[in-house]
Amino acid sequence: MATHSITVTVNGVREYLNVPSHMTLLRMLREELALTGTKNGCEAGECGACTVLMNGEPVNSCMVLAVEADGAEIVTVEGLTPEDRLSPLQEAFVEHNAVQCGFCTPGVLISAHALLERNPRPDEQAIKEALVGNLCRCTGYLRIIKAVQTAAEKGGA
Amino acid sequence: MGSFISEPVGKSVPRVDIREKVAGTAVFADDLQFGPGLYYGRLVRSPYAHALIKSIDTGKALAVPGVKAVVTGKDVSTRIGLYLIDRPIFAGDRVRYVGEPVAGVIASTEEIAEEAAQLVEVEYEELPAVFDPVEAAQPDAPLLHPDLGEYEVANFIFPEPGTNISEHFKLRKGDVESAWPKCAAIVEGTFRLPQIQHVPIEPHVAVALWEPSGQVTLWTSSQSPFAQRDLIAQSLGIPHGNLRVVSPYVGGGFGGKAGVSMEACAVVMAQAVKGHPVKLRMTREEEFVGTTVRQSLVAHTKIGCDAEGNLLAMETEYYFGGGAYNDYGVNIARAAGYSCTGPYDIPNVKGDSYCVYTNQPIGSAMRGFGMPEIHWGIEQIMDQLAEKIGMDPAEFRRRNCVRTGDTILTGMKMPAIDLVACIDKVTEAIDWGKREEPSAPHKKRGKGIAIMWKAPAMPPNPGSSAIVRFNEDATVNVEIGAQELGQGAFTVAAQIAAQALGVPYEWVRVSAPVDTKYSPYEWQTVASRITWSMGNAVRAAAEDAKRQILEIVADYWDEDPEDLDIKDGKVISYKSEREQPLQKMVVYGLPNEGFEGWKGGPIVGQGRFMPTYVTNLDPETGQGTRAVVHYTVGAQAVDLEVDMETGQVEILKIASAYDVGKAINPDLIMTQIEGGAVHGMSSAFEALKFDEKGRPLNPSLVDYRIATSVDVPREIHGDIVETPLEDGPWGARGVGEHVMVQTAPAIANGINNAVGIRFNDLPLSAEKVFLALRGREEE
Ligand code: FES
Ligand code: FES
Repeated sequence: MATHSITVTVNGVREYLNVPSHMTLLRMLREELALTGTKNGCEAGECGACTVLMNGEPVNSCMVLAVEADGAEIVTVEGLTPEDRLSPLQEAFVEHNAVQCGFCTPGVLISAHALLERNPRPDEQAIKEALVGNLCRCTGYLRIIKAVQTAAEKGGA
Repeated sequence: MGSFISEPVGKSVPRVDIREKVAGTAVFADDLQFGPGLYYGRLVRSPYAHALIKSIDTGKALAVPGVKAVVTGKDVSTRIGLYLIDRPIFAGDRVRYVGEPVAGVIASTEEIAEEAAQLVEVEYEELPAVFDPVEAAQPDAPLLHPDLGEYEVANFIFPEPGTNISEHFKLRKGDVESAWPKCAAIVEGTFRLPQIQHVPIEPHVAVALWEPSGQVTLWTSSQSPFAQRDLIAQSLGIPHGNLRVVSPYVGGGFGGKAGVSMEACAVVMAQAVKGHPVKLRMTREEEFVGTTVRQSLVAHTKIGCDAEGNLLAMETEYYFGGGAYNDYGVNIARAAGYSCTGPYDIPNVKGDSYCVYTNQPIGSAMRGFGMPEIHWGIEQIMDQLAEKIGMDPAEFRRRNCVRTGDTILTGMKMPAIDLVACIDKVTEAIDWGKREEPSAPHKKRGKGIAIMWKAPAMPPNPGSSAIVRFNEDATVNVEIGAQELGQGAFTVAAQIAAQALGVPYEWVRVSAPVDTKYSPYEWQTVASRITWSMGNAVRAAAEDAKRQILEIVADYWDEDPEDLDIKDGKVISYKSEREQPLQKMVVYGLPNEGFEGWKGGPIVGQGRFMPTYVTNLDPETGQGTRAVVHYTVGAQAVDLEVDMETGQVEILKIASAYDVGKAINPDLIMTQIEGGAVHGMSSAFEALKFDEKGRPLNPSLVDYRIATSVDVPREIHGDIVETPLEDGPWGARGVGEHVMVQTAPAIANGINNAVGIRFNDLPLSAEKVFLALRGREEE
């Protein structure tokens, strides 16, 4: 099986890895780096549970090959979380009880974070559209939308 | 310890699990690390809906480098099941649905297992298949289970061997025949619901390890670690004490992770490679057709009332399409049978509820357990009856709905509830009776209402237990076997323990993951029974611990324990006004005077709960003293718009009200109400589709759409009614499933209100609505 040496920055840490050609970024994060905050909900680009930031843009990491991430900057939910506390966006999710099972949450947070980075004052429709690729079966989305609004009002992600 | 929340019951305290869930550190089954010894499994599945297996050749698969073993039905001939033991773990001589596991390949990587799975050669002889439950119930239908008469079955389930009927529940009350002539209005209809899937965002995953010593461990995402232990142990002949099931957080269940589905396959596969853990993970496609689905239903229902709007009679036949194996599904048909009227007081009832084998994926528990299915027809008929006699549909429901103390259809006395209050709340919240303007000229606006009931559907005696342990600093570990699926069970357990002990909420930790080796017994996290049943067990355990503490301190102070209490983590005396902090003493005890010895010791409280009063019902009439533990009731009203040009239905607002007895955590209930309303709304538009050979057509999240962020109503309003339940903790009863039971018929009633068209069959696709609108124009 062909492998490739890649260099990738994950949550600010430079990693040197040997990855098989067919390995996805999702598998690389979860199985090579044990960053299991990023979830596998379908491995088909359909659910958004695996969303990470790649060079600042939200991507479904199950649809990106690890080799394509060579040289890239990746941020996962672990990278959103400051040491010893939560980010304002995460705090807003706590404040609104916007989590039930929590399986979609890491991907939702990444998509919401990316939205607030490019549009610090999104209206409700912009939030809904930014989250359309992140399926959640538990919450009914309304609290997630409110949490993102609250984070925006309080000054961002 | 910062600020404290004392006496947390009834308060919207934060979830105990939320910080780790937003930080991404909460552990789910697929996140567990097993090191390089881990093997991977893939299942070989049947391409036929019904066929005999003539031979299986595993030679080519076994020859692939990296393949460790291949198992088939030959390696395990026993069956498994909860109420009716009808399901082979791997198919034996016959397959009964497309997707049935025929073999399992174990390899060093998932890719190799997948490649080798395609090389397992199975020779089939195709048999005629049957998909419609009414057709399948006919005497000449192809028979799926010729051995039905030999299967072990619970004594309250009544299969009809020689047919495809796995359960027939009969309800007979009064005399319907003599009641029909007295009716001023009668409405009759046939209603159909397709199979739908739970679609948890976390697919099923199981890792099994069979140690050479005979110890077996299963790590899995499960609502039912103890039921899995029991069923797998029985089926495979493993001593219960040797089988350990560990289940971390569940990434959504909705019933799909109740009982046993693919987990037993993982255990059998692990047996073939002793000493190596084997991971079996469902793809999203397998999740749709290879785990379980909600059963389909064909309902023929007839209901009549007099001119004043009093319901007089109901006759109904429910045919549940149970799929290939009905080990769990039989009890859904039974539940639909003993609750067949919905939440109405009807003096004359004839009900027949059947669970029927069909050559489709396995029908099993899904949020609401038979109730969303039967309410779909009932609640539309109630609207039609109200219309026929010229009564407001909300008023019609107020007049006829079940009330406290009623003798309900099974002969049981209705425990305390207030359904009228729920109807009042939702009609107020939705401005019932007020016509709203549509947002555009090509749209029509309407409102609909529906009410519901549901009892926990389970054996008569499912138990819960709990342990409360103190640490040196007076923090508390609560051990339970109930599972956290997102509904908030752990938070409720912590609240109840803190309240009953008299310690701050923040001092309580819930021991996780659930582990059958260490956690006390819990039947299953299903049926909206946990707040009530586990809650009672936790309360009892906390009270046991508290009693021990008070006895020690009373002895120390030479006072009467009756005069003492625990408040904010301190023992206080109402008599002497003395105080004793709990720190240290809850582990080390207290010294005798002058340190002449010690008293007390580590405090461990234990508690249990099991309903002891449920009776079996007469097999011919469904009558008995106590059919169920209790019912939760509720109402929903919707405000919606129909786009006359596209058939698109937009739900603007959903108002819900449920009688929860006592809201242990009001905001958690609101999260259920909101999530359930959207789940219920989504379910009205969902359907699994199959071709004429029973092959699934839409097993992906692209082709089987669930509600997304852009589909949600603008507003979901929730109200909580609190009529205490006699044997609930502080009066509480469950509500996790009820919140979606009647959403689909409320929407159907709203569509009828907007455009005057009824839809008897789900799903309510835009195409179907559009065609109906066009069809009417042409008329
Ligand atoms: S796991 Fe990547 S989109 Fe679902
Ligand atoms: S919280 Fe469960 S899927 Fe979103």
